[in-house]
Amino acid sequence: MGIIKTSKLVFEYIRRDEEGNVEGITRAVDEVDIDVKQGDFVAILGHNGSGKSTLAKHINAILYPTEGTVWVDGMDTTDEKRLWDIRQNAGMVFQNPDNQIIGQVVEEDVGFGPENMGVPTAEIWERVEESLKAVGMYEFRKHSPNKLSGGQKQRVSIAGVIAMHPKCIILDEPTAMLDPNGRKEVIRAVRALNAAEGITVVLITHYMEEIIHADKVFVMDKGKVAMEGTPREIFSQVEHLKELRLDVPQVTLLAHELKKSGVKLPDGILSKEELIEALIKR
Amino acid sequence: MLRDITLGQYYQADSVIHKLDPRVKLIATITFIISLFIVQNFVGYIVAALFLVLAIKLSKVPFRFMVKGMRAIVFLLMITVVFNLFLTPGEALITVWKITITKEGLRTAVFMAIRLIFLIIGSSVMTLTTTPNSLTDGMEKLMNPLKKIRVPVHEVAMMMSIALRFIPILLEETDKIMKAQIARGADFESGNLIKKAKSLVPLLVPLFISAFRRANDLAMAMEARCYRGGDHRTKMKPLKYKRRDAAAYGMLVCYFALCIVANIII
Repeated sequence: MGIIKTSKLVFEYIRRDEEGNVEGITRAVDEVDIDVKQGDFVAILGHNGSGKSTLAKHINAILYPTEGTVWVDGMDTTDEKRLWDIRQNAGMVFQNPDNQIIGQVVEEDVGFGPENMGVPTAEIWERVEESLKAVGMYEFRKHSPNKLSGGQKQRVSIAGVIAMHPKCIILDEPTAMLDPNGRKEVIRAVRALNAAEGITVVLITHYMEEIIHADKVFVMDKGKVAMEGTPREIFSQVEHLKELRLDVPQVTLLAHELKKSGVKLPDGILSKEELIEALIKR
Repeated sequence: MLRDITLGQYYQADSVIHKLDPRVKLIATITFIISLFIVQNFVGYIVAALFLVLAIKLSKVPFRFMVKGMRAIVFLLMITVVFNLFLTPGEALITVWKITITKEGLRTAVFMAIRLIFLIIGSSVMTLTTTPNSLTDGMEKLMNPLKKIRVPVHEVAMMMSIALRFIPILLEETDKIMKAQIARGADFESGNLIKKAKSLVPLLVPLFISAFRRANDLAMAMEARCYRGGDHRTKMKPLKYKRRDAAAYGMLVCYFALCIVANIII
């Protein structure tokens, strides 16, 4: 069993009218089985309403399954006694950077998680320093978060999570509200954490460029896992991705179109360099 | 612009008063205010004035910043003075037509004015030398004993510091919504008071909705980071009394004693 495992996970939103009568039930997550290995970089992909954020909230025990089970590091998320262990082990970064920064100074915000866990004062300072250095925000430690750019704020949020020393971090569309530069910054920081510290990363996104470096990709649609595999395996199925209303990176699309019109190329080209090489070799 | 506003009126400087523990400053301000109401004669006010001048000198904050706070109470000050001056019965000093100024009236008017001015300047010294953040910290620590009678001290302090953090964000949002409404022909400027108030409704509704959404997000983010109230919590920057804090308390006690003595003797 990996660090995160779900078995036949089902989650239903119940819609009620004003009197509290059940109006309808929406299955946001429908019998999902995923298994994430320690140290992996996993991406979960899907368009709006595919259930990917709902799935993420189960890993942090913010939502509980209607049916099925979620295990984080071997702990069942419905086990109330382990709730704080689960939340400490599975850190979560949300979409809107403004709505998750609590402190009025960068370093105070990073210290918020360890403070809640009851870490002694001296160790909090060590953790804050090391986490801010890990995301490259150490020189901003005395700044007010209001004066940082979106990408910088999001890196502070990530530092706030890793100061809790989690085994994995779940990022729920961390780049959705950022400009292209901010997006690059954040993804670079996340990849560095995964490579250098061996923290398991679950990245939820709808930007295709961000999943190229993942070890494994899950594509979700209507609450179910529609596709599963390495980025190359996923991107070689351009038609299927289009059916799921997902965009393919431009290079991959170009290679796909070339292939359709008779140019011999390998499947699942992910970068410009690869395409150039494949074209020269021909 | 809005993003750059400073909250409260903190003035950055490197002084003894700035370095004092916020608890000392809070208690000192409260003591000073109480002393202003105990003191009944001019000698007492001289003592208070000396204490205030000393605090201002030590704080290294330019005096004009202290006076800035006065602007808000000019109107109140004038009303107080006028009413006391003309409406206190007693020995007549000057009589012009039907208006009489009495000796007692003059005395209370001057006292009231001094009291109000000192009150404002005294509390300005505190707010100018303490960040809102450490002020909240100090209050939390001071009110800690109230936890025994189930006052949610930690929660209140947490709410205050979150409010402080979100004021600039909400201001920016107000600005954004306002511009969006103006772009679509909304008019916030013209008309009488009622019309102006009515034009604020389309501004306030989206602002409230977004504030609630933010609150919801923030609560989730806090829970995800293991927030579970004040118990079992450690502090990154715990408040600790130092030598200078003890000295400050000593001076405060001396000052208060002096005020009482001045009151009794004269």
